[in-house]
Amino acid sequence: MNKRDFLKQSILFIPAAGLMQTLARVAAGEDMATAAATSGDYDASQHWYGMGIDVDKCIGCNRCVEACKTENNVPQEPFFFRTWIERYSIHADGEVTVECVSTQPPRGEETPQVDPDVVRSFFVPKLCNQCANPPCVQVCPVGATFQTKDGVVLVDEKRCIGCRYCIQACPYGARYLNPETKTADKCTFCYHRVTEGLQPACVEVCPTQARIFGDFKSEASRLVRFERVNEISVLKPDMNTAPKVRYAKLDGEVR
Amino acid sequence: MKIPEQITRLGMLLAGVLAAVLLLRFVILPADMFSAAPHQAAKAVREMAKPVHYAGMPACRECHADIYDTKSAGGHRYMGCENCHGAAAAHASDPATGNPPLPSEREFCYACHAFDPSRPNGFPQIEPTEHRAGKKCIRCHDPHDPVPPSAPSDCSGCHGVIAKTKATSSHATVECAACHEVPEQHFTSPRAALPTKPAGRESCGQCHGSDATDSGAPRVDLASHGDSYQCWQCHYPHAPEMTR
Amino acid sequence: MNIDTNQALFEQLAHQLGQVAGFIYPNEVEIQWAILIVVYPYITGIVAGAFILASLVKVFNVVEVQPIYRLALLTALAFMLIAGMPLNLHLGHPERSYEIFLTPQPTSAMAMFGFVYLWYLMAVLLLEVWFEYRAQFILMAQQTRGFMGKLYRVLSLFSNDVSPQALAFDKKASKLITIIGIPSAFLLHGYVGFIFGSIKANPWWSSVLMPIVFLMSAIVSGIAMVIIVYTIISLVRNEKVDMRCLDKVGLFLLVAIIVDFALEALDYIHRMYQAEESIEILGELISNKLFTSLVILQVLVGMFVPLAILAFARIRHLNDDLRKLMYFVSALLLQVGIFGMRWNVVIGGQLYSKSYRGLMAYKMELTGIESLGMALVLLALPFIILAVLVRLLPTQPMAGQPPAAH
Repeated sequence: MNKRDFLKQSILFIPAAGLMQTLARVAAGEDMATAAATSGDYDASQHWYGMGIDVDKCIGCNRCVEACKTENNVPQEPFFFRTWIERYSIHADGEVTVECVSTQPPRGEETPQVDPDVVRSFFVPKLCNQCANPPCVQVCPVGATFQTKDGVVLVDEKRCIGCRYCIQACPYGARYLNPETKTADKCTFCYHRVTEGLQPACVEVCPTQARIFGDFKSEASRLVRFERVNEISVLKPDMNTAPKVRYAKLDGEVR
Repeated sequence: MKIPEQITRLGMLLAGVLAAVLLLRFVILPADMFSAAPHQAAKAVREMAKPVHYAGMPACRECHADIYDTKSAGGHRYMGCENCHGAAAAHASDPATGNPPLPSEREFCYACHAFDPSRPNGFPQIEPTEHRAGKKCIRCHDPHDPVPPSAPSDCSGCHGVIAKTKATSSHATVECAACHEVPEQHFTSPRAALPTKPAGRESCGQCHGSDATDSGAPRVDLASHGDSYQCWQCHYPHAPEMTR
Repeated sequence: MNIDTNQALFEQLAHQLGQVAGFIYPNEVEIQWAILIVVYPYITGIVAGAFILASLVKVFNVVEVQPIYRLALLTALAFMLIAGMPLNLHLGHPERSYEIFLTPQPTSAMAMFGFVYLWYLMAVLLLEVWFEYRAQFILMAQQTRGFMGKLYRVLSLFSNDVSPQALAFDKKASKLITIIGIPSAFLLHGYVGFIFGSIKANPWWSSVLMPIVFLMSAIVSGIAMVIIVYTIISLVRNEKVDMRCLDKVGLFLLVAIIVDFALEALDYIHRMYQAEESIEILGELISNKLFTSLVILQVLVGMFVPLAILAFARIRHLNDDLRKLMYFVSALLLQVGIFGMRWNVVIGGQLYSKSYRGLMAYKMELTGIESLGMALVLLALPFIILAVLVRLLPTQPMAGQPPAAH
């Protein structure tokens, strides 16, 4: 960083400048006017969204991760993910090794060896669990991250101060600080898609239906059927976060 | 008691500060600024208004019903079109903006179909260096209906981990069919007709029983060995020397 | 601007990614709370500790400590004025920090920071300093001319009342404020501990003892800092150090270290005995990532050695100069130890994955906002402020003012 940038940033420190900006915005009625105009006929209180993940169906193709980055303008650098895929290998002696396949370049002709010591291996898709008791929302000092009536946790990038407390409070590592906006960022369940009746991008491109998106409040819901026919687990149940991302055939080693 | 001078002055100062704060809070600054709720509502609306990049399969179907019908009968029926053709919302809303990509390289299919031991058992996978090396996948497989042109000659195409494990074990030369009866339909509709699995101990006893006629295999007395357990409950048939 | 700074960020992250051992969640490569958040609890700790030392004089009538009462107050004030800066600087959007006053979320520990800070600075520190110095302002306003004279007049709120009743009132007020101030100081730093201790997602932080451990270590670092400042100021002014005072402060410091050590030891023993799911990775964290900063700097150099020195100084009859040197050295070592403790909590808690399967790395930048350079600047600022303060506000009552209990 050069001196000019430093000065520029230093000036930003005067919160009064920010206050003035906000005042101008409020005076112009920007935020609130749009809220009234475009919410349309969507009634968030009629929905309670969730996702079902069938671990046995994930082939680790990473299409969901790519689609998510495209759909949501997630920075391409391998440090920022709204969703990612982990590979678990359970060894005969009980040792467990894990790697994130989403940070690795795609394999070419070379295929991985079969390790005779590995008794079981599988992929686990991860994303924000859209907890019903979200610890990230609990710690946000200014109310920039919040839960909508349909159960999705969002971050208001115009109000987030970038303190990163929510990133610390998330047990799942689902949040990152967006390097462009300098605010906390995370999976939104593709809120702009699902409120229009579309599938989240990751679900749309999943080739094996390892991901199911649905509405707990809907009578004809793939998600409710998923809950009916599978034994369901959630990640880190001891955290009492009540995740709405529900896993079928989840190995106990998965954290 | 008389209030000392410094206290009245300090009191005036503090009252001034307090009045300024209260004035700011209740008169000068708009009430909206002191509630997060309206900002949150506005954010939800902004989030809903974000542009869509993936159009979704129903949008593709509107114009490409023929391909949709082909696809929905085949092995790729659960796949969204944009898995291969990329985000196509722009094309869907205005086809004049250009056509989505038609990936034809071999490497493209590797993402799902190159062998990987972590993939679920039965998922079709190939060994890129061995399976028709250098040829484009789409020359033999229609991506919208990827039935193999002929039934796979061996089982490793879908059961790679088992095949590779068995290949290094003492059962390397034992054919799959020696233990599993595979119905013909299994090669074209794998889940519609599953292969059999040996039911009792006699199957293993053909080679490993004390009265077996086969050559070098280790022998046990089926009547006394292993109690009431089935053989595979202790010995993994695809790698029997794995004793742990 | 973003492109430039992000390039540096990505290079830092790529470097840190290369140092990862085992498995971490992909978003965990970035160390979210870095050196500035180490500086923040270190500074607030000194504020709380120095204030509690000062309150010994007012509330508990420990007359031996009287000579450094004012110095302790000014030290607390100097550090308090800077305490908010590292927090503000590390924000992604410092210009929005005022939101914490507008829409504070009652469920957020951090939301209370602004209010606790303001309360402590305005209602406790500034008022107490003002009542302590009020009579002196009036005297100095009479004795000095020009700008300084005017400044003192403003500071005394243009009052001239130095009647015995008014002075008696000052004393009472200052005692009352101290009585309010002690729980406030506890709140200020206990709350900083709560920010970490309440994060259930992070077992290295999540502990009910965290607020009280932070508080005791705050008292240690604050007392030690006042010893350092007192010794240096006496040296610079060529004044004689009051050994009766220093011995007493040394005793308090010794007791504080013992309590602090007992609490921290209890925390570790409790963790090891319970041996929960995270115990293995925390063990690896200590042996691989924190060995130098925790075992050597925090515990050995920063706690055991000063503990031994202070105990030795009490047991044996040593001459004044030697004791002074021993107090000074142990106070310096304690600063290293407490800063190490802040580092080990803040950075340590972010060097292992919440998957409990891997360790991250932190590469500290030398320049920029979140950097070693900035941390050093922030650590130097309180001393500069303090240097100005002790010039403006004499650390000993002036002639003409009724001497306090001595």
